[in-house]
Amino acid sequence: MEAFLSNIDRVVDGFSWTVRLTLLSALFSFILGILLTAMRVSPVPLLRGLSTAYVEGIRNTPLTLVLLFCGLGLNSALGLSFADTVATDVFWWAVIGLSAYTSCFVSESLRSGINTIPLGQVEAARSLGLTFTQNLRMIVIPQALRTVVGPLGSVLIALTKNTTVASVAGLGVQEASRQMKLMFDQGIAPVLPTFVGFAIGFLILTLPMGYFFGWLSKRVAVVR
Amino acid sequence: MTSTPLVVLENVNKHFGDLHVLRDINLTVNSGEVVVVIGPSGSGKSTLCRTINRLETIDSGEIRLDDQPLPAEGRALARLRSDVGMVFQSFNLFAHKTVLQNVTLGPMKVLRKPRGEAEAHAMELLDRVRIGNQAQKYPAQLSGGQQQRVAIARALAMSPKVILFDEPTSALDPEMVQEVLDVMTDLAKDGMTMVVVTHEMGFARRAANRVVFMADGEIVEENTPDEFFTNPRSERAQDFLSKILTH
Repeated sequence: MEAFLSNIDRVVDGFSWTVRLTLLSALFSFILGILLTAMRVSPVPLLRGLSTAYVEGIRNTPLTLVLLFCGLGLNSALGLSFADTVATDVFWWAVIGLSAYTSCFVSESLRSGINTIPLGQVEAARSLGLTFTQNLRMIVIPQALRTVVGPLGSVLIALTKNTTVASVAGLGVQEASRQMKLMFDQGIAPVLPTFVGFAIGFLILTLPMGYFFGWLSKRVAVVR
Repeated sequence: MTSTPLVVLENVNKHFGDLHVLRDINLTVNSGEVVVVIGPSGSGKSTLCRTINRLETIDSGEIRLDDQPLPAEGRALARLRSDVGMVFQSFNLFAHKTVLQNVTLGPMKVLRKPRGEAEAHAMELLDRVRIGNQAQKYPAQLSGGQQQRVAIARALAMSPKVILFDEPTSALDPEMVQEVLDVMTDLAKDGMTMVVVTHEMGFARRAANRVVFMADGEIVEENTPDEFFTNPRSERAQDFLSKILTH
């Protein structure tokens, strides 16, 4: 355990990258998820089709493949890059891959929330003269979000743990699991305590998330 | 009374699959008039009501409001709908908004009124439907009758040219029916143009200028309430009335 604790600064550094990946990907996948959902329920068939194709396509592709495509395909093979330094570059490609993937799950959760809203409320909003987007923004999405706070919490927890795939898929972000692997490779930490230590680190991140979203979903629930 | 036609339906037809729910409907509602639509379930009266603000599309014929044909979609349709109030059987208040927010939403977001003005007007209307003291509550905290009165205030807040009532008391407990009908009777007295689909014959007698009787998607009979209830001409109306008035 001592050997693990003596490397605690590397552990903390690793988790700080995990948190950065998680927060940015959460933000982007939330925005993209809402957009995909709006397209999915829109009256325009083309938008509906695009959204369905995207969600079904990406949702059914393993995350490893999505991230490999970002890293090896877009970044290395096609030479698309965000920054001059490799570290920054792979970080942003990891964020993009994680967001692209997670947004599908955000969208599907949100869509199940939309299905719980009585059609009558949508008709009432229409009969007041609200446009489609106003209806979505003021009536549908706010209520749908409130009903899916719990499921969105699960999506966030999954995302947090999914950040570990980034380094496996060749995007060498110095997040927690990569730090762990490096510590093993360099032989500076005993295997078992290090495993346990990192596992506890993830618990410290995700357990409060679960409780927070549980609390929040009760707090914002719409009484019908 | 020289009244101008406000809502005009001409040869309106609609099908749900094989079912011909509206058959050659011709109906004119004049400004300031209260038209009550009655008839057995499945006669198409709710559908008729919902076509007037295009919550239901029609297959053929024409509907005009204030001499303008109903727009098919988009902003023009939204604008038209803001002129046509609607009160539903199941109230359909926005569950995540307070009573006051339910009433001010349309005026603020559609008519672009400033909040202060919208709220002052909303409070006036809530007082008028006798529910001003509940303005800060959420719909789920109110009884059905109270919710329906809020829904009426919400429709009134848009200062509509006409209000459509689609069986407004059918989902209410019996003791709450009267409070809603009282509000509607007041509105009728104040000269609001109303199309009311209902099973409340007492209201039809008391408040209607005209009764429209529908069966099997057709308008079978149209008359003043007195004439219709005392002396129905068609057999189907006689049959319908005998069934509901005998007990």
